[in-house]
Amino acid sequence: MTAKTDTHQKYYVPEESRIPIVFAFAALIAGFGAANAVAGYGTTMLYVGLVAVIFTLAFWWSTVTKESQAGLDTPQLNNAYVYGMAWFIFSEVMFFFAFFGALFYIRSFAVPWLGGEGAKGIAGELLWPEFEATWPPMITPEQSLLGENAAVKGPDENMYLHSLRDIGSWLPLWNTVVLLSSSGTVHIAHMALKENNKKRFNFWLGVTVTLAFIFVILQAVEYYEAYSHLGLTLESGVYGTTFFMLTGFHGMHVLIGGIFLLTQLVRSSGYKHFSDKEHFGFEAASWYWHFVDVVWVCLFLFVYIL
Amino acid sequence: MSAVVESHDHHHGPKKGLLRWLFTTNHKDIGTLYLWFSFLMFLTGGAMAMGIRAELFEPGLQLMDPIRYNQLVTMHGLIMIFGGVMPAFVGLANWLIPMQIGAPDMALPRMNNLSFWLLPAAFTILLSTAFMEGGMPGFGWTFYAPLSTNYPNIAYFVFAIHIMGISSIMGSINVIVTIMNMRAPGLSLMKMPLFVWSWLITAYLLIAVMPVLAGAVTMLLMDAYFGTSFFDAAGGGDPVLFQHIFWFFGHPEVYIMILPAFGITSHIISTFSRKPLFGHSSMVYAMVSIAVLSFVVWAHHMFTVGMPLVAELFFMWATMLIAIPTGVKVFNWVATIFKGSITYETPMLFAIAFVVLFTIGGFSGLMLAITPADFQYHDTYFVVAHFHYVLVPGAVFSIMAAVYYWLPKWTGNMYDEKMGKLHFWLSFIGVNVTFFPQHFVGLAGMPRRYADYALQFAEWNAVSSIGAFLFGFSQLLFLYIVVKAVMAGKKATPQVWDGARGLEWTVDSPAPYHTFEVPPKITEQTKL
Repeated sequence: MTAKTDTHQKYYVPEESRIPIVFAFAALIAGFGAANAVAGYGTTMLYVGLVAVIFTLAFWWSTVTKESQAGLDTPQLNNAYVYGMAWFIFSEVMFFFAFFGALFYIRSFAVPWLGGEGAKGIAGELLWPEFEATWPPMITPEQSLLGENAAVKGPDENMYLHSLRDIGSWLPLWNTVVLLSSSGTVHIAHMALKENNKKRFNFWLGVTVTLAFIFVILQAVEYYEAYSHLGLTLESGVYGTTFFMLTGFHGMHVLIGGIFLLTQLVRSSGYKHFSDKEHFGFEAASWYWHFVDVVWVCLFLFVYIL
Repeated sequence: MSAVVESHDHHHGPKKGLLRWLFTTNHKDIGTLYLWFSFLMFLTGGAMAMGIRAELFEPGLQLMDPIRYNQLVTMHGLIMIFGGVMPAFVGLANWLIPMQIGAPDMALPRMNNLSFWLLPAAFTILLSTAFMEGGMPGFGWTFYAPLSTNYPNIAYFVFAIHIMGISSIMGSINVIVTIMNMRAPGLSLMKMPLFVWSWLITAYLLIAVMPVLAGAVTMLLMDAYFGTSFFDAAGGGDPVLFQHIFWFFGHPEVYIMILPAFGITSHIISTFSRKPLFGHSSMVYAMVSIAVLSFVVWAHHMFTVGMPLVAELFFMWATMLIAIPTGVKVFNWVATIFKGSITYETPMLFAIAFVVLFTIGGFSGLMLAITPADFQYHDTYFVVAHFHYVLVPGAVFSIMAAVYYWLPKWTGNMYDEKMGKLHFWLSFIGVNVTFFPQHFVGLAGMPRRYADYALQFAEWNAVSSIGAFLFGFSQLLFLYIVVKAVMAGKKATPQVWDGARGLEWTVDSPAPYHTFEVPPKITEQTKL
């Protein structure tokens, strides 16, 4: 019963705040600027907006951190952050769900139908008689009809492992090793923090952050390879589309997660935050990190292997 | 440590001046902002509907070219859904959830402010296209690819949707966290008022599908500007894929716009029948079932697109299953009214109209769910009549009912009952005169989304337009009644309605700026 009354101490409601309205204005500039940039009206507004968004967010989170250090967060408020983070990650899962759903639909229905197979194959048979349904499609339906004159052409090579001999130089495998071990190291760091061993915690968190940035660099190398040597681009038909959109959004999340973890490292080593009991900032970052890791496992399976 | 806590302990009333509304973290202020914003959008989208009905008053092109007409239809849909109905429900959630569960405020007050202020930002971006070369989006609120990917200014549309989505997700996280974390001790989940329950489920739906919408518009943007082939068969994609992704969002979205209405109706019918709600827990289970089913029925919007037969059958049966939990709800409302001591104040009138007219919309929905029949009805005015019956005398009536019902609690003043009744009857007649004839022209084959039509549809379209003007202009009366009640009026008691139950009726009218600084005691009287 004591725990019950504890969670209902006075709940901290800030009297007022200037941060959200500034953030909303920054989002307006960034959103409008992004649309301008995409539509070809210059990128200045986008950059101004993004800088404003990043600074406002950084200020917001530092305010929250200061409040927490000042002891304003009751167990109940902490609970709010825990629930909030969990549901935020769920929303991220659903974002990836849309892209995985698109991949599965394209692989199981769209491409076979275009190749003349299955329940709706008849239209494909009539429209693209030469198109063969394979995954990945190295020749797009349009290419099967128009050859070199097609606007949308398939890639020269794909990212799948072609023979076991090349496995040592197959980047996706290394990426998997890097990311899976980073999930392990962040767990070791968490265990260390629970034992209040800050030195060990900082070390293993540092290793995790390093691995995160190694992953991003490897991914950049892979993209460079794809664009310069494999003829695989965003525009290489539906394979290029799904490959880059899935791995691209994942890579972006790795970068965000890496920065998230780095912030916790700075808080822990620079500002001496966190104790064995109070470390939700770190815990949230590690949840996010495990989520990014799980997405990668699905990617590795469905984009690189199967 | 405690010194810092105490310096924040002196709670004052609201700040003076306009800045109060920019910086506020108070759930009541933010609820008010949401409600006024949604009313502004309701009038904007409504003005567009007036334009549409004026053009359709008689056959031929009188007022605008088809491009302008398409833009009005598109913006009317987008504004009413994302700017009208959804923010109105979020506004009600903000006002009512903390009061109904005995919480001091929403769990994350600053994020709450942000959720609101992102909406004007998003609509600024969306509406700015009106002043650009190429104009506003004209591809329908469903923005089917590849029509939308070939449209000018789609980038502005995409980023506006992104910002609305972020706002919705943050708002929903806030609702869920508030409900899970801030209930007064003793208020268990199954004792929770139904409006709170309906919002808990709605928030869950929003968090599940708004990211999918974000994914859909992202794919659209990539196809339109970056040469990807998601929806392009030439590159191995499929335009139908767009419709699957869109409606995976879109169908739960229509329940997002009706579940809170179920919650509101349950409160009002119980109050004015002076009886506890019949079947409280079955109402909860019915809403949960509707929410779960909403994820597996999306392709009933796509029966004519060319899906395999198995899919057509699966989505037909799954859709019809929804009639069961919905039937449970209608049964419970009727059973609550049964043998009650009923009085017909304005909220009750709107609530009863909701039950009857929403059920009509539900029945036409069942007709549309039958695949072979849908081949005939698809994209006709029958569909337009169907979804306007569930959204206007459904969602919108419930919002108006809620405003009348809780307005005395918000302002401390009673609204003018006579004027309220007049508003109800004008709206009720207007809605039915507008939308009922659309069933007839739809069954006769009039297609939707055209600026012109065949002569045989002329009479019923004229009738429909007259009804629309009646409904449209009666809403100015609503504005007048609300403003009048905000300014002055007979003072309301804390209880306001003698049959009302729930925590919000235990506090003063108007409710104090900070309601429950200390969690209240839950008693039999405060339970719904």
